[in-house]
Amino acid sequence: MSVSISIRNAVKKYGENTIIPDLSIDIRDREFFTLLGPSGCGKTTLLRMIAGFNTIEGGDFYFDDRRINDMDVSKRNIGMVFQNYAIFPHYTVRQNVEFGLKNRKLPKAEIEASTNEFLDLMKMLEFKDRMPELLSGGQQQRVALARALVIKPDVLLMDEPLSNLDAKLRLEMRQVIRDLQKEVGITTIYVTHDQEEAMAISDRIAVMKDGIIQHVGTPPEIYHRPSNIFVATFIGRTNLVDAEYSTANKMVTIDGYEFGMDNLSCESDSPVVLSIRPEDFQMSKDTTEGIKSRIADHIFLGLNTHYLVEFPNKQTIEIIHESVMDSSYKTGDTVYLSIKAEKINVFSKDGNRNLIRAA
Amino acid sequence: MQLEQTIKSKRDVWSLVTIAVLGAYGLFLVYPLLNLLGQAVIDKATGRFSLAYFQRFFGKRYYFNTLLNSFKVTFGVTILTVGLGTPLAYIFTRYKIRGKAFVRILIILSSMSAPFIGAYSWILLLGRSGVITTFFRDSLGINIPSIYGFTGILIVLTLQLYPLIFLYVTGALKNVDNSLLEASDNLGCSGMRRFFIIIVPLILPTLFAGGLLVFMRSLADFGTPMLIGEGFRTFPVTIFEEFISELGGDDGFAAAISIIAIIITTFIFIIQRYLSRRKRFTMSSLNKIRPIEAKGLTRIVIHLYTYLLVGLSIMPQVYIIYTSFKKVNGTVFVPGYSLQSYADAFNKVGRAISNTLIIPGISLVVIVIFAALIAYITVRRRNFFTNIVDTVSMVPYIIPGSVIGITLLIAFNKPPILLSGTMLIMIIGLVLRRLPYTIRSSVAVLQQIPMNIEEAAMSLGSSKTKTFYKITVPMMAAGLIAGGILSWVTMISELSTAILLYVGRTKTLTVEIYTQIIRGNYGIAAALSTILAVLTVISLLIFNRVSKGGEISM
Ligand SMILES: Nc1ncnc2c1ncn2[C@@H]1O[C@H](COP(=O)(O)OP(=O)(O)OP(=O)(O)O)[C@@H](O)[C@H]1O
Ligand SMILES: [Mg+2]
Repeated sequence: MSVSISIRNAVKKYGENTIIPDLSIDIRDREFFTLLGPSGCGKTTLLRMIAGFNTIEGGDFYFDDRRINDMDVSKRNIGMVFQNYAIFPHYTVRQNVEFGLKNRKLPKAEIEASTNEFLDLMKMLEFKDRMPELLSGGQQQRVALARALVIKPDVLLMDEPLSNLDAKLRLEMRQVIRDLQKEVGITTIYVTHDQEEAMAISDRIAVMKDGIIQHVGTPPEIYHRPSNIFVATFIGRTNLVDAEYSTANKMVTIDGYEFGMDNLSCESDSPVVLSIRPEDFQMSKDTTEGIKSRIADHIFLGLNTHYLVEFPNKQTIEIIHESVMDSSYKTGDTVYLSIKAEKINVFSKDGNRNLIRAA
Repeated sequence: MQLEQTIKSKRDVWSLVTIAVLGAYGLFLVYPLLNLLGQAVIDKATGRFSLAYFQRFFGKRYYFNTLLNSFKVTFGVTILTVGLGTPLAYIFTRYKIRGKAFVRILIILSSMSAPFIGAYSWILLLGRSGVITTFFRDSLGINIPSIYGFTGILIVLTLQLYPLIFLYVTGALKNVDNSLLEASDNLGCSGMRRFFIIIVPLILPTLFAGGLLVFMRSLADFGTPMLIGEGFRTFPVTIFEEFISELGGDDGFAAAISIIAIIITTFIFIIQRYLSRRKRFTMSSLNKIRPIEAKGLTRIVIHLYTYLLVGLSIMPQVYIIYTSFKKVNGTVFVPGYSLQSYADAFNKVGRAISNTLIIPGISLVVIVIFAALIAYITVRRRNFFTNIVDTVSMVPYIIPGSVIGITLLIAFNKPPILLSGTMLIMIIGLVLRRLPYTIRSSVAVLQQIPMNIEEAAMSLGSSKTKTFYKITVPMMAAGLIAGGILSWVTMISELSTAILLYVGRTKTLTVEIYTQIIRGNYGIAAALSTILAVLTVISLLIFNRVSKGGEISM
């Protein structure tokens, strides 16, 4: 039975240090939910509060409408997958997977059937009598997943489960986890600091910083409409450009270049910060429309070419274009840049607010 | 991940364990020590505070000299063992030595026997009527200087204890990266200079730690000065005699001397902690020092040094084993060989052998269980109370064995808790003394086990207790057992606590050997020593099996 998770005003302190000041989230039933953020922002801490390994200094944690704050770890019915797999080294693969079932005192036949089912699901059936030390990292991770899921937990918690694997295996296991989660249909909280991984795997992502949730949304939402500058810069690459907004004609001005933006919620003329993704610039030699700039360098990367372009005010901008044979853009050339206004984001000067009105 | 705050540390089974452990230490260590202090500073007649015993000690040259003597021995032995053990460890790490594995075993064996057996063997060899002395005197007309007194104690304890330094330093050198040696070579510093300028500073903390252990052991050793010291009386001898002597034996005075001993060792301990804390380096070596083949003069010198030192230190053991097969007539060895000594040994003192299996055996079980529990609470449940456990459990490390014996006897020789004369009191003594070592090795083992594994078990529905014995203990098992076996080896050769606590029924092998030596039954003593040596060897073989060739650490 999978559950929804609701956290109200959670507080976490280590001694005098407040790691999580006041955090609330709702995670839907069967959702693949990812906590994403830079190192030290409190992802692991929050996950371990849900699991019951950390004390909770304030707030309420609910699985459906059961408050779990004071519930013992072993009673919470969670499946947990750790960064280092935490496989019991003195048990065989099968014994590892059986462990949770035995604690639940299930009948022998049922234990065996479930164990086989999940080992099979993870393609580990043939290794069932091996000792863990003889398994590769990827195989150990499969055992860890089987072990966590076989107990039919209400919630699956994973703390950077892929970070010990090499790049290729990481991609493979990412897919395994994603498919499995959909197949079993279990509410999952996944912790990572790899934004690409988060995008690829999640239904929704919560971007955290300093113990505070900055943005919760689907991967496209947080990519295209980040709620503040931190999220805009943390997810994907972007250029931050200072500009002026004038309410009279709803125009944005960068260094003399003007374009219209009529979807801003901004009451008065004010300085703003634009976040423009490298792919949202148009570069041209044929017009004199746009910001007159100079190509400072270009880097050919196969599919795309990256251009480093200097604005008149010497700010350097990164632009990505699809590579073409015999490109006419060379280092030192003067080009005119225009902006795909519907794609960019506009933030208040302090960076805390996205001024674009929701469509 | 810090473990302090993980898992609600409210009342759970581990709080109960903490309380139980604290209770046990309170009853068997803290209370006896306070009691000892009371005995030392309270005048029995008036019931008032008095420093009379201390005045007596420092007032009489006779007593005060024993303190000086002890220091002479202890510092001498510490310096000599460091001086001998460090180069040997370096040679073993840096060079190929013929028969290295075998020599290593001999080094370990020579350190594992009771020092007083070594002393007794040296007397047989170099004493007044020792074989070597007699040979030199009668055949060559040369008088070998006397082995009795300071020199003898120094020789015996040095040869007995330098292996500790050897083991410590070998361990430390494992963490020195070979590239450090190469780099210094490259910068024009090699050979002896490199040893002193690069290696020694790096292993200094280890030298302090090893030195402290040697210091404590030689300060506390009772059997050696008793046998070979003759007029040269050291501290433990005085404590023992003051306590035991039937006429005028004075608990209060012995207690006062014990307190002085504890103050001194505590002081030394604190200095050592301070010194090694300031000089600590974190090292990790990717690239261990590989032994190379030495050439020319170096080759000869290092082989000579190794064989001579190790030969000297194993010689007493070998000689004892040899004499155990000699024919005896009454109490004198006569030409020819027989198994008579063994027959006598089994007939007269069979009980000592079974006691030696039972008393250290039970202690071993208790030690392993306590070490596992204490290691767990002090590593995984750090809080105010477990910190107290951590500190208190280490206290016996700095208390000489004979002082532990006296402390227990004074505390438990009368109702409500009358334990003197029982096996229990001997077990308590052994457990107290050995626990610090086993706890430390268990802590090291536990720190290697990621906390996550226990968390995984709990998330799979396993209770805290179940997680401990199904997951943690099995993972610690090899380390725990290995540590336990080393404790066992030291317990079967322990004398200084047992000699105070034993009664006829609870005599152990070492006590029996000691008594037989005093009585002059050298045959039986030799046979029993050989049995002890065999027990030791078997235990070490098992240790090797369990720890899969792991390090011996003390
Ligand atoms: N047991 C602890 N005691 C004190 N402070 C802690 C403890 N555990 C974590 N912290 C602090 O809490 C903060 C959040 O740590 P946490 O492990 O949750 O970060 P994270 O987001 O998981 O980072 P990473 O991506 O590096 O794993 C950090 O500043 C860390 O130093
Ligand atoms: Mg983390």
